[in-house]
Amino acid sequence: MKKLSVEILKVENLEGYYKGSFGLVQAVDGVSFSVNKGEIVGIAGESGCGKSTLAELITGVPKPLLFHGKGQVFVNQSPIYIEMPQYEITKFNRKMIKNKVKKQKEKVRKDILCSEIGYVPQASQNSLNPVLKIKKIIRDVMKQRYPNYKAGMQMNIGGELILSNDHIINHLEKLGLDRSILRKYPHELSGGMKQRTVVGISTLYKPKLLIVDEPTSALDVTTQKILIDTFLDLLNQKITDTILFISHDIPTLAQICTRCIIMYAGKIIEMGTMEEIICEPLHPYTEELIHSIASFNPDGTAETELKAITGNPPNLREPPKGCRFYPRCEKRKDECRENEPPYFYPKGKKNPVACWIYKR
Amino acid sequence: MISQNILKVENLSKKYVSGIIRTIMTIGVLNVSFELKEGHVVSLVGESGSGKSTVANIILRFIEPTEGNIFFDGKNILKMNKKKYYRMVQGIFQDPYSSFNSFYRIDHVLKQAYSYARPNYTRSSRQKEFIDILTRVGLDPYETLGRYPHQISGGQLQRILIARALLFEPKLLIADEPTSMIDSSSRAGILNLFKELKQEYNITILFITHDIGQAQYLSDRVIVMKNGEIIEQGATNDVFLYPKESYTQNLLNCVPSLYRKWN
Ligand SMILES: Nc1ncnc2c1ncn2[C@@H]1O[C@H](COP(=O)(O)OP(=O)(O)OP(=O)(O)O)[C@@H](O)[C@H]1O
Ligand SMILES: Nc1ncnc2c1ncn2[C@@H]1O[C@H](COP(=O)(O)OP(=O)(O)OP(=O)(O)O)[C@@H](O)[C@H]1O
Ligand SMILES: [Mg+2]
Ligand SMILES: [Mg+2]
Repeated sequence: MKKLSVEILKVENLEGYYKGSFGLVQAVDGVSFSVNKGEIVGIAGESGCGKSTLAELITGVPKPLLFHGKGQVFVNQSPIYIEMPQYEITKFNRKMIKNKVKKQKEKVRKDILCSEIGYVPQASQNSLNPVLKIKKIIRDVMKQRYPNYKAGMQMNIGGELILSNDHIINHLEKLGLDRSILRKYPHELSGGMKQRTVVGISTLYKPKLLIVDEPTSALDVTTQKILIDTFLDLLNQKITDTILFISHDIPTLAQICTRCIIMYAGKIIEMGTMEEIICEPLHPYTEELIHSIASFNPDGTAETELKAITGNPPNLREPPKGCRFYPRCEKRKDECRENEPPYFYPKGKKNPVACWIYKR
Repeated sequence: MISQNILKVENLSKKYVSGIIRTIMTIGVLNVSFELKEGHVVSLVGESGSGKSTVANIILRFIEPTEGNIFFDGKNILKMNKKKYYRMVQGIFQDPYSSFNSFYRIDHVLKQAYSYARPNYTRSSRQKEFIDILTRVGLDPYETLGRYPHQISGGQLQRILIARALLFEPKLLIADEPTSMIDSSSRAGILNLFKELKQEYNITILFITHDIGQAQYLSDRVIVMKNGEIIEQGATNDVFLYPKESYTQNLLNCVPSLYRKWN
């Protein structure tokens, strides 16, 4: 019997932009996808294509200068961006509406952002406060979420009452971290341990959705593998329900993801199972991306000739009006320059690809 | 034609001493020996801290070894004139941006190098050679000269630094993680450029990387290092397909690959 799939994350037509003295950069432009329970979904693409921006928008608390434009994000069916009411705002009801929206925002923050989403930002292992012991760092994080947190208090974690200290130690041990790290300073830990500690801290609440941004990039391959096993464990032990795994390294994604999203210049250009993306990529960009990787072949010799993608991605301050890959594409046609490609579903495929060559 | 040894490294050790009152000793490399044959690409692979950059920095004479000798074309490098040595041996590094001063145009870096490489140059010969050398590394000279570093990509900057090194017409290039800060889509271009330098100009390359895939793609031989020591060395296919040491085998097992999935 087929299990009913539960949609943990749904992103609908999401747009986000940076605004500042530099002007306006439309970094995420109309992104839609969803992730079901039990899935690990990868997001790949060149530097600057908007992977980290997308992650920030999904957490609901974008960093300074980044703004949510249009679209919605649903976590476990609940929307995280509060929309202004439809009816007219007048002098008389303005205050009431403001209060109402404020209350709704606070509820979203408490019920969803702080308890359903775990987020490990890019390079976060370097942002652990160097003068605090891990124990204190964890306490600060707990305090942020439970204002009256005290070490040793009883906590409700996923419906279970447990002493906070026991919970922290149990949890770290599940990630293969000894309790002795609590008494250490960040610099006393190796790069891999630091990264696992950060992952540990972001999953203390058993978030339904875990977003990790380039978690393995700065690590040696042996340490990378341990971390990847840790992520698989998080899912197997049901500490989290789904993982959104951002990395520019497709061979790493191939080890852990079930599905993969390819982004280019702020848009999703193709989605598919990991195998489809690697073995039968549809979009010319995905194809070139895969063929530019010097991947280790453990049973033979290396690829005889790699091909680099020529040119650079477009400037997102003034994106071209047709297909954004047009200037670099080897399969381009005239219509690609003028018209933005919609999503096509070639050969009865379930997954979309944004390229005119699949127009029927 | 039998290719000659161009570089011979003999029992090289480097101990770093730090601290003033309580001195701490760190082993950079220990008893490292290898040879580079002319026209070969040899990859030096190993995890972070295994001593790869220490080897590079000693060969490039940025630091002195604690023990051991290096011979270039049969001559002890420490006894050679540095200026002459750098005409034959050049380095390429990880961060292309750090080699540029952002206030100067790209031309500046090339001009500076040129005045060392060709002390008696004329302006017209210089311009001609810049155009020639930038074309060789796959750049459009008219698009590139006159720009500032922040106006071009990391991959293009790295090509300019390779062009700069080529102005010296070196016999040996020491490339220390030259692709690790470059976007994966332009990485292949840099790797292919190194291949061309080897095939067309017979330049010998010591290619330092922690990326086993890149080492496999590029090199004739590989040297595997761990904690400052050489664990294993040999022809690329021998080491990567039939490793003798369990350390190497374990390292290879951990490499994420498009061609296989772990368990
Ligand atoms: N603080 C900022 N201000 C202005 N523009 C920004 C800012 N941060 C990112 N951008 C721009 O937004 C776009 C997307 O950036 P983002 O960091 O999301 O890319 P990315 O895919 O995560 O890249 P990487 O692989 O390098 O981490 C880029 O064009 C970038 O220049
Ligand atoms: N200037 C220095 N002073 C003290 N110790 C040093 C110094 N440079 C390197 N070391 C130490 O020497 C050892 C080898 O370092 P090296 O930089 O050669 O490694 P690597 O293989 O290049 O590493 P990576 O892949 O991280 O670049 C390391 O333990 C390092 O901490
Ligand atoms: Mg990013
Ligand atoms: Mg190094």
